[in-house]
Amino acid sequence: MPLLRLTSGTFGQLRTFATSATLGKRIKTFAVYRWNPDEPDKKPYTQNYEVDLDDCAPMVLDALLKIKNEMDPTLTFRRSCREGVCGSCAMNIDGVNTLACISHIDKNLSKPTKIYPLPHMYVVKDLVPDLSNFYRQYQSIEPWLQRDKEATKGKETQLLQDVEDRAKLDGLYECVLCACCSTSCPSYWWNGDKYLGPAVLMQAYRWIIDSRDDATEKRLSKLKDTYSVYRCHTIMNCTRTCPKGLNPGRAIAQIKTLLSGIVKKQPPILDPAGLEKQAAQN
Amino acid sequence: MVPSRGKAYEIQHHQHDCLVIGAGGAGLRAAFGLAAQNFSVALVSKLFPTRSHTIAAQGGMNAAIGSMHDDDWRWHFYDTVKGSDWLGDQDSIHYLTREAPNRVFELENMGMPFSRTKEGKIYQRSFGGGTIKNGKEIAKRTCAVADRTGHSLLHTVYGYCTKFEKVDFFIEYFVLDIILQDGEVVGALAMNLDDSSLHRFQAKNTVITTGGYPRMYFSCTAAHTCTGDGCAMATRAGIPLQDMEFIQFHPTGMYGSGCLMTEGCRGEGGYIVNSKGERFMEKYAPKAKDLASRDVVSRSMATEIRQGRGVGPKKDHLYLQLHHLSPEVIRDRLPGISETAYIFTGADVYTQPVPILPTVHYTMGGIPINYKGEALIYAGSDCPIPGLHAAGEAVSNCHGANRLGANSILDVVVFGAAIGHNIGKKFKPGDKQPDLKDNLCDATLDNLDKVRNSKGCVAIHELRASMRQTMQNKCGVFREAKLLNEGNTEIQKWFRAFEQVIVTDRSINWNTDLMEALELQNMLQTAIQVVACALNRTESRGAHFRDDFPKRMDEMDYSKPTEGQTPKPIEQHWRKHSLSIADLKTGNVTITYRPVIDKTLDDEVATIPPVPRVY
Repeated sequence: MPLLRLTSGTFGQLRTFATSATLGKRIKTFAVYRWNPDEPDKKPYTQNYEVDLDDCAPMVLDALLKIKNEMDPTLTFRRSCREGVCGSCAMNIDGVNTLACISHIDKNLSKPTKIYPLPHMYVVKDLVPDLSNFYRQYQSIEPWLQRDKEATKGKETQLLQDVEDRAKLDGLYECVLCACCSTSCPSYWWNGDKYLGPAVLMQAYRWIIDSRDDATEKRLSKLKDTYSVYRCHTIMNCTRTCPKGLNPGRAIAQIKTLLSGIVKKQPPILDPAGLEKQAAQN
Repeated sequence: MVPSRGKAYEIQHHQHDCLVIGAGGAGLRAAFGLAAQNFSVALVSKLFPTRSHTIAAQGGMNAAIGSMHDDDWRWHFYDTVKGSDWLGDQDSIHYLTREAPNRVFELENMGMPFSRTKEGKIYQRSFGGGTIKNGKEIAKRTCAVADRTGHSLLHTVYGYCTKFEKVDFFIEYFVLDIILQDGEVVGALAMNLDDSSLHRFQAKNTVITTGGYPRMYFSCTAAHTCTGDGCAMATRAGIPLQDMEFIQFHPTGMYGSGCLMTEGCRGEGGYIVNSKGERFMEKYAPKAKDLASRDVVSRSMATEIRQGRGVGPKKDHLYLQLHHLSPEVIRDRLPGISETAYIFTGADVYTQPVPILPTVHYTMGGIPINYKGEALIYAGSDCPIPGLHAAGEAVSNCHGANRLGANSILDVVVFGAAIGHNIGKKFKPGDKQPDLKDNLCDATLDNLDKVRNSKGCVAIHELRASMRQTMQNKCGVFREAKLLNEGNTEIQKWFRAFEQVIVTDRSINWNTDLMEALELQNMLQTAIQVVACALNRTESRGAHFRDDFPKRMDEMDYSKPTEGQTPKPIEQHWRKHSLSIADLKTGNVTITYRPVIDKTLDDEVATIPPVPRVY
């Protein structure tokens, strides 16, 4: 991947890319979905923007920022961290749900890059989807640790967790709630009101499988109905699209094995309350 | 509401016991700390909480819980006082380091998925400036979740916060200003991004947790959203900001993108090399080497580059080497940066070094607070501002002239919790609140009206780029009078140029053009203070280094025995906080001073007198 071109300055910071009216050598077209709620009767349309790739940093988000800054300040999208950890800039790029900030621009100049908002979501404006239902569903799975004996506030002690038990959380806790997976799932498109979707289900599993959590039965019982989990038909668009390389499809399968009773959650290798009990004995 | 303004300026009113502005680590921790005591809380943020910049923190949080070796919070206290170059208030540092283990265990019990040792305890790694026995050996004190600690912390506190019905979330609301009546902060005025509707949040207690202002620099590790909004609000409310000139350059930001490579890389054994392949930190910090304090490492790196030992075709950066570490260590402890290093620089950390450069990472300056989280005005003594608390990167109390790595995400939960305690002690849910006059928001509405209708000739992105270049080039790692004077002239020019901006997007729904204009205004109002304070402080301390005034100027010469020395009066030395206030009509910055609090909270730990700061 070519490093950004630099000009000299006080120990080498980037110079702003020159904005010139004349076109450079590598012009790439971006076809971006537009819809303005101020003109609700005007149907959504695609607007083409031409960007000189020789004058643009390599990620799709960089192109969008350049378009917004230099060509069309009304182009609206969410963005924050620009390094793939916050999940703000999730959108559909060339048919794939991903994070714009870690998505390299396709350098093939003969075809445009198509940028659409996340599929089958209410569009607030341009590339900004309404994620309220998604957030509500996340809250519904009670994303906090629940123990039988809750610690007294202000007098919490360290819980123990074996390295192997902790390893069960790898691949689950890294989720940034970007919604790329859920909005790539046809079941979530058709039943997004009642089916929880891969992102939320993977987080439900993250809490179920945490060796320090005691609320397994309660958590599973909330998922037993026809829609919350069982609209998953292992289509696996979720795993395919996850920009962080996670595997929600597998997590949902694990939930199904727990719900059916084929698999039971193993007891923790180390008693989480081990240190507390030790202290009580001394 | 002033009838003549019209429907666009109708204000919807909300009343809560508490208002928290900003929903990152500090804001969320304050919010549920208050909700747990039955206060009703309005949590207002321009971002969905998990998008806040706390998410990007990587390395960990310091706490003397002793998983790896015997530890004592008093050693952490020493490290932090020394790290601050004796500009941090020692009572706040006492509170920070003493409470750290409690806060870590609290997070654990909320479900934070810390990495573990073989015994099942919370894994701790080495981090810059962390030692045991007051500097004798490197400590392993930084509690970590691989290299995604900030991510885990933010998701843990957000998830936990959703438990509390008393927390009312107002997401994607941009706070325009805090509101004062009769010398008390009574709430804030915000704009709902969704439809530009205005909302006045009245509260008995307002908490500012809006983060820092690194985005005023061209090259920074920070998100686009770190624009100093809360600091600018304080300035507009007439509250002096403290120590604005202290800007932390993180040694290992990726060259080009500015994305962060955690200090944990060096904590796990990685080190920085120059064009000769030398591990040059051995020269500059013989004991701590690459784990010296960040300002020391950044200056060493900048010196190596200045002296021609940089790498790359322009010899303008250096390399971070990790490939001598075992692959298991990289895979288990540093998975996040392995991924981002590959995405943004193409380097495979298992086999290749990563190009890095000192990059603006944290702003030590901000709203002055005491150890309880109360915002202060200094008038001969510290006077808490009625109705205002603050925490997180938006404030200045513990970190003084330089922040130790892994103290920031600790700081957010310690002082977020402290605010909950303090308000709980002094107030009750449902406390009566005054009736608010109609004209309190007039100035804010005037400004909003002016900005959203501006039809000048200056494009926002160009003015923003100019500001960022000025800060980067004239107010960087190495500062001196000529550059700072040029910088001051330039930044004043950009400040005045804001009058001429144009906001192109005129829509009322999701007007990000308008929001970016307001953020730029916030950055300009804080940038003039940063440059003015940097120019004003004629000494070198912590992250503020002057080529023309390279020595630290304390009240006594601490490099010699102090018996027989008379301490200089405060006007004649520099071991004091700068307090800056900006006249927003003229751009004039007035600077006054506040003494450093050396006295600790009690006898648990003795105050640490200054000594020369060597690693």
